[in-house]
Amino acid sequence: MIFVKNLHKSFGKLEVLKGIDCHVREKEVVVVIGPSGSGKSTFLRCLNKLEEPTSGEIIVDGIPLNSEVNVNAIRREVGMVFQRFNLFPHMTAIQNIVLAPEVVRKTNKEEARKIGLELLAKVGLYDKADEYPDRLSGGQQQRVAIARALAMKPKIMLFDETTSALDPEMVGEVLAVMKDLAREGMTMVVVTHEMGFAREVGDRVIFMDEGIIMEEGEPNEVFANPKNPRTQAFLSKIL
Amino acid sequence: MNWHVVVDNMPILAKGALLTLELTAGAVAIGVVIGLFMALARLSKHKVVRAGAIAYIDFFRGTPLLVQIFLVYFGIPMLLKWQTMPDNYQYTAGILAMGLNSGAYIAEIFRAGIQSIDRGQSEAARSLGMTQAQALRYVILPQAFKRTIPPLGNEFIALLKDSSLLSIIAIQELFYTGKIIVGRTYQPLPMYMAVALYYLVMTQLIAQWVAYMERRLGKNDLR
Repeated sequence: MIFVKNLHKSFGKLEVLKGIDCHVREKEVVVVIGPSGSGKSTFLRCLNKLEEPTSGEIIVDGIPLNSEVNVNAIRREVGMVFQRFNLFPHMTAIQNIVLAPEVVRKTNKEEARKIGLELLAKVGLYDKADEYPDRLSGGQQQRVAIARALAMKPKIMLFDETTSALDPEMVGEVLAVMKDLAREGMTMVVVTHEMGFAREVGDRVIFMDEGIIMEEGEPNEVFANPKNPRTQAFLSKIL
Repeated sequence: MNWHVVVDNMPILAKGALLTLELTAGAVAIGVVIGLFMALARLSKHKVVRAGAIAYIDFFRGTPLLVQIFLVYFGIPMLLKWQTMPDNYQYTAGILAMGLNSGAYIAEIFRAGIQSIDRGQSEAARSLGMTQAQALRYVILPQAFKRTIPPLGNEFIALLKDSSLLSIIAIQELFYTGKIIVGRTYQPLPMYMAVALYYLVMTQLIAQWVAYMERRLGKNDLR
């Protein structure tokens, strides 16, 4: 589904990604962990070209990410959920969800609304369809954001620290929605600090530090027997 | 002092005030359109487009409106090699000059509004597959526009007052009308006070309208 070859990314003189190679299979849930500043989010943002790679090759769903045309085609197939939700504040929950299907996919209004309401029901917010984002809690906003991404019927979902900006009691409701998605066979790349989630849902864990992949493998293996000393140090701090 | 002069000339002044409003409305319409295009050009990725917008804004902000009015009023007939000026040409020239001028200010207002929107908004829109134009139209501009209402109100009020400069090319707006009456009646103090009062009423109307729009559009966006 996703092939990444020798991906480099620099911001000015600062090299954030120093050669990433990675392969995500269909229906696989890959969890990316690592200390802050390790390049996890940048890596994720390169996958739908919110960041322009400095060099290297990315192929998503068979389409190489190079020209502007391809980028919009890719982004239709790759949903993304952000740390800070980024809901459109001037639109209600349902309007947030139907916007992209209507203007990008040209889905007709009734059909888009029907799908939107189904998705809201799926994330447990059917009764909040007509609320504006500032009337919703953080956890509710993030669930709307997930529904918004799903409305484009993406083949891949990217999650960028989606629970890091939430109050602790709201983390669970967002993770539950993500778990459901994983169970349904969505291909997912998840950057997170939630080790419980990584262990329970992840098919594979990637540990990143200083812009490279230090270690990867099955979650139980990586968590129980980390081989790389940096992985050991990181895990001992957070577990 | 003869206050009768004011009362007697109220209707004529009102006619001038109406023209002032029309001139301002015309200039606002041109200014908003130019302002939007120049703001987008100013934020363009292309250097040449950006440089063009910067040059435009610098020129119209950096030179007096009075000079610009003359440039347009006398310049266009020269460029187009007209032998005589068409009827009512001064209105077209006056509105155009004011519109060109306010376009520069409004461009900066819109640019600030667009830049004040969190980058995450356009990232979210783009990540859903929207083109840059779609992201602007549906996500960025509606939010930016709300934030630009207060400074836009300022600009409209400034423009209304500046329209008095058009008296210099013999447009019979409010100030010009007042001046003519003073010339006839030799009562400058009451007449100009009446003129000032008319301006004040009109600028207050704009201020009230802006406050109303702000309340109406702002209620769903507390950020």
